[in-house]
Amino acid sequence: MSEPLLVFDRVTFRYEPGAQKVLSEISFDLPARQVTLLFGPNGCGKTTLLYLTLGWLQPEQGTIWAEGRPLSSLNRRQRGRFMALVPQSEHTPFDYSVLEYVLLGRAPHLPSLAEPGELDIEIALNALARVGIEALAHQSLRALSGGERQLVLIARALTQQPRLLLLDEPTAHLDLQNTYRLVEVVRQLKRQGITVLMTSHDPQVVLALADQVVILRQGKVFRQGRLDEAFTSEVLQAVYAIPLQITMVQGKKTIQWL
Amino acid sequence: MADSQALSALRTISQQRQRALWALGIGLIALLWLSLLLGRYPTPGFISLERLMSDELAGRLVFQLRLPRLLTALLLGMSLSAAGFVFQLLFGNPLVEPGFLGVSQGAAFGAALSIVFFSSSALIVQTNAALFALAGLGLSYLLARRLRYGGWVLRLILAGIAISAFFSAGVGLLKILADPLSQLPEITFWLLGGLASLTWQKFFSVLPFSLAGLTLLILYRWRLNLLALSDETAFSLGAAPQRERALLIVAAVLPTAALISVAGMVGWVGLIVPHLARRLFGSDARYSLPGALLLGGWFVVLCDNLARTLLNGEIPLGILTSFIGAVAFLALLSFSGKRWER
Repeated sequence: MSEPLLVFDRVTFRYEPGAQKVLSEISFDLPARQVTLLFGPNGCGKTTLLYLTLGWLQPEQGTIWAEGRPLSSLNRRQRGRFMALVPQSEHTPFDYSVLEYVLLGRAPHLPSLAEPGELDIEIALNALARVGIEALAHQSLRALSGGERQLVLIARALTQQPRLLLLDEPTAHLDLQNTYRLVEVVRQLKRQGITVLMTSHDPQVVLALADQVVILRQGKVFRQGRLDEAFTSEVLQAVYAIPLQITMVQGKKTIQWL
Repeated sequence: MADSQALSALRTISQQRQRALWALGIGLIALLWLSLLLGRYPTPGFISLERLMSDELAGRLVFQLRLPRLLTALLLGMSLSAAGFVFQLLFGNPLVEPGFLGVSQGAAFGAALSIVFFSSSALIVQTNAALFALAGLGLSYLLARRLRYGGWVLRLILAGIAISAFFSAGVGLLKILADPLSQLPEITFWLLGGLASLTWQKFFSVLPFSLAGLTLLILYRWRLNLLALSDETAFSLGAAPQRERALLIVAAVLPTAALISVAGMVGWVGLIVPHLARRLFGSDARYSLPGALLLGGWFVVLCDNLARTLLNGEIPLGILTSFIGAVAFLALLSFSGKRWER
């Protein structure tokens, strides 16, 4: 097992003092160059945990360590170079071209009032190529399908040249074909050495992608570990309280309702 | 190679946009020069250079009245357009204009209050209008913090609407209280907007605010795009969204408040020009913000030329900008509508 990139040490969070804890004593390691899935039913605190990782929210107790130092000691710019967020969806009222939009990912690398130059454009085009949509560079964002938009968001994140990629329910609005495409892209990024932390409530995506799962239930870590150890029929039944089973179909794991 | 193709396509687009900006800028200087010679003295039309050199009255007219007025029209157009552009971007809403956070109605209330209760001396009306414009912004901000509904942007918009309504009710009340023979016409003219009584003194009183605000916005032009994104995303890209937005709102409101205080209500500039700029230069604020600035200068200078030369008497500038702005807006929506904001 490789060195962890991040370590969550008893992280507790609530939105307002006195309110109910959204996350309670969350501890796990994020191994480098692997895909870790945060899994659990709606409202279990997955996205909140992602925002804590991002630094957008601060834990009430506990620490998130990034390679031996507290994550909170990084400034905004350093954090923007260390990790990138792929939000679940993004509404833009104005009509950017794909390349203009992806170039925004250079912001943490540029001085405050500087503009992106030739090198930045090459990095952005390279990011578009890595997710396979370089042909769309001059398209308008508005003309894209939902799947293509998701890939644009990933390309923007890659333009930040991060070591850690945070994906928030990337397949939530995608059809089967685009889900497959996205899974392929994430697999490829992992091969290129990027560490991925991703939330999903789709067990099929978890089975396809995860090296490690962290299963949350009611704000606590319910189970965590390697995919084949932690992601079992019994665990799933307990999480969702419905009868379902992981079965093998032609050598691949799938989910079945009973 | 796909990459180098995309790169050269991008270069072409950037070059086109840069050339268009230069053309607009050089054209604007030519327009200013021609406008300076345009007027109704000695006859309606352009004054000849010989006449300007020989006629002392003409010299005073052009350099003491037309020039400061022209430069203020330029600043007015630039400030309202840039502020409108920045507001539309920051609020993610193509329908907001720079005065909507209680700024315009606050200024109107301040001016009317001064005319009815204190003094209609230009300096006092101007100061009062500027103070109430900023008060409008401050109240909208404080109210937005207390609202318990929706996200931050929605709360600010709602608070702005409420504060504006509050001040416009106040203006209505002041109109009833005003002396119908002396004060009411003054309020009415102020509300219609215009640059008729512009002096060098007024110009220099707004110049620093205008320059400071516009300079900051221009320097920020690329980074503005980041702040159009959601808070979380902007943060993930290394921005401090709330702090930077607050700074930019102040930078946009300062020139607006200063210019409204001397020019009154000049409507539609801050709404229509940003749309036109995005049409011509794309949404990337790197090009469309300078574009909005230049187009705004063009638009208001042209409208003010009409305001002062079309008829024997002065036509209030606000009437012309609204009329021409509305026509242009409809034309923009009707023609070449290949991509329009939802």
